[in-house]
Amino acid sequence: MSLSIQEVEHIARLARLELTDEQKAIYREQLAAILDYVARLQELDTKDVPPVANLSVTHAPLRADEAGSALEREALLANAPQQEDGQFKIPAVFE
Amino acid sequence: MHNLCDLTLKEMQSGLHAREFSSRELVEAALQRIERQDPSLHAFLHVSAESALQQADQADRSAPAEVRPLHGIPMAVKDVLTVAGIPATAGSKILQGFVPPYTATAVRRLQQAGAIVIGKTNTDEFAMGSSTENSAYGVTHNPWDLSRVPGGSSGGSAAATAARFVPAALGTDTGGSVRQPASFCGVTGLKPTYGRVSRYGLIAFGSSLDCVGAFGRTAEDVAEVFTLMAGRDPLDATSSDVETPRVELERPDLRGTRIGVPMEYFIKGMQAEVEEKTRAAIAQFEALGAEVHEISLPHTEYALPVYYILAPAEASANLARFDGVRYGPRAPAETLMDVFFKTRGQKFGPEVTRRIMLGTYALSAGYYDAFYGQAQKVRTLIMRDFETAFRAVDLIACPTTPTTAFRIGAHENDPLAMYLEDVFTLPASLAGVPGISFPVGFDGDGLPVGMQLLAPRFREDALLRAAYAYQQATDWHKRKPEMIRSENS
Repeated sequence: MSLSIQEVEHIARLARLELTDEQKAIYREQLAAILDYVARLQELDTKDVPPVANLSVTHAPLRADEAGSALEREALLANAPQQEDGQFKIPAVFE
Repeated sequence: MHNLCDLTLKEMQSGLHAREFSSRELVEAALQRIERQDPSLHAFLHVSAESALQQADQADRSAPAEVRPLHGIPMAVKDVLTVAGIPATAGSKILQGFVPPYTATAVRRLQQAGAIVIGKTNTDEFAMGSSTENSAYGVTHNPWDLSRVPGGSSGGSAAATAARFVPAALGTDTGGSVRQPASFCGVTGLKPTYGRVSRYGLIAFGSSLDCVGAFGRTAEDVAEVFTLMAGRDPLDATSSDVETPRVELERPDLRGTRIGVPMEYFIKGMQAEVEEKTRAAIAQFEALGAEVHEISLPHTEYALPVYYILAPAEASANLARFDGVRYGPRAPAETLMDVFFKTRGQKFGPEVTRRIMLGTYALSAGYYDAFYGQAQKVRTLIMRDFETAFRAVDLIACPTTPTTAFRIGAHENDPLAMYLEDVFTLPASLAGVPGISFPVGFDGDGLPVGMQLLAPRFREDALLRAAYAYQQATDWHKRKPEMIRSENS
């Protein structure tokens, strides 16, 4: 199968990835080759086969709704590229 | 002269217990060997020399009554697992400078048992790869031949174990990332059952597939590490409460054990010596009393396409959190949207970008049912293959990889060829069953050949017992890479 540059740009936009023109050309080719390969799954008749998403044996157990200890705010903020007044700082979202 | 680094974990345990040497001596020996040899291997991304020595002194001061199973023993941890206070990069530029404030449960349990984390090992970026060539911090070299890859993605841990920097190391296995590098480096590597070991503190790649596993030079050492880290963890809702068995290794008896050999795992194009050594090992199991049966896992060929839809799909969601806001570097940008696009565009490497793109495509409107939905259904068929097989046999035996370690650069610019390296390890990952790889010989170039045993879910004990029995009867696992042999002479 083939992908258009517009399709590659659309996927990159969904994934929040800024790509160079050179990267777009490479991924267009490589993704098409991989998608060709995985397309062989269409050969199989799976009409009556249930999908599996989760292998957990145990159903998500419930715990008592009690307050516990959490990581310190300072420890978590220490890794932030920018912080101010105990909060993560980002460029303005609204004018 | 006898080097303490050459001891197995069990030998270190008994030597420490008998006070034949101290933990400080063990840690110093490890640090010295790392300093001398790691410049040519690059197994480590970070070595915590000072804190390791402090912990060793602490271990040496503690009273014998406090002696814990891994008391004072140095270990290495793949750099996708967090250890509080030690940088964690996941082999990626997008986590450069990140110092996690918390420790992964698997690591914490080993530390509670007395283990000393000596450093963090190299990995393909976010564990995506089969060679460590996708690490943003440079490739790791194979201790048996420096021009070759150690496998991946846990290549650093496998190489560190093979080079006897540490007696044991942690890795992670999403599609084969413990078993394949164990095979390439001639060590023993266990991928436990999905859910057996907590994923808390593991930087997520494919959440329905990720497993924390262990490397050692013997099945006995791997059993020790595995039993200490396994078991339910309230911090991981997918961790299982199935009881962890005590792995009884004394007098292993394989009489009556039914071993299935799946015909689909002996394919055209595989290295002849790999098939030959694997078949010889199966004959050895037969000599040890096992019954060998040919079996079929008919959907084997679909494991690779299923995996390369599901794992990237899960990865594309898991890696959305790396956006330049809470951790890691941030690319300079005027708007928040540009922070996301530029940080992610500049800091993710090519393979990670490729998989995010692939996963995003497979989950996008119009393609979801054809790709993701169909892959989830075929995953059911692969699981059923194993369920059917394990009604007739106790274990499955097959090669771990189609070839021995390939040369660095061999699959450059051909991602699909690289993916094919995982063809024998992916089915067990999709089915969630445990697997172990251990050395069963060497090829004409002196490179280790690994074989894989698979067992029903939660039967790691059967895997470890069989591998242990094999290692009692053979000595492939005792061979040392030349770089270590020459160092000791």
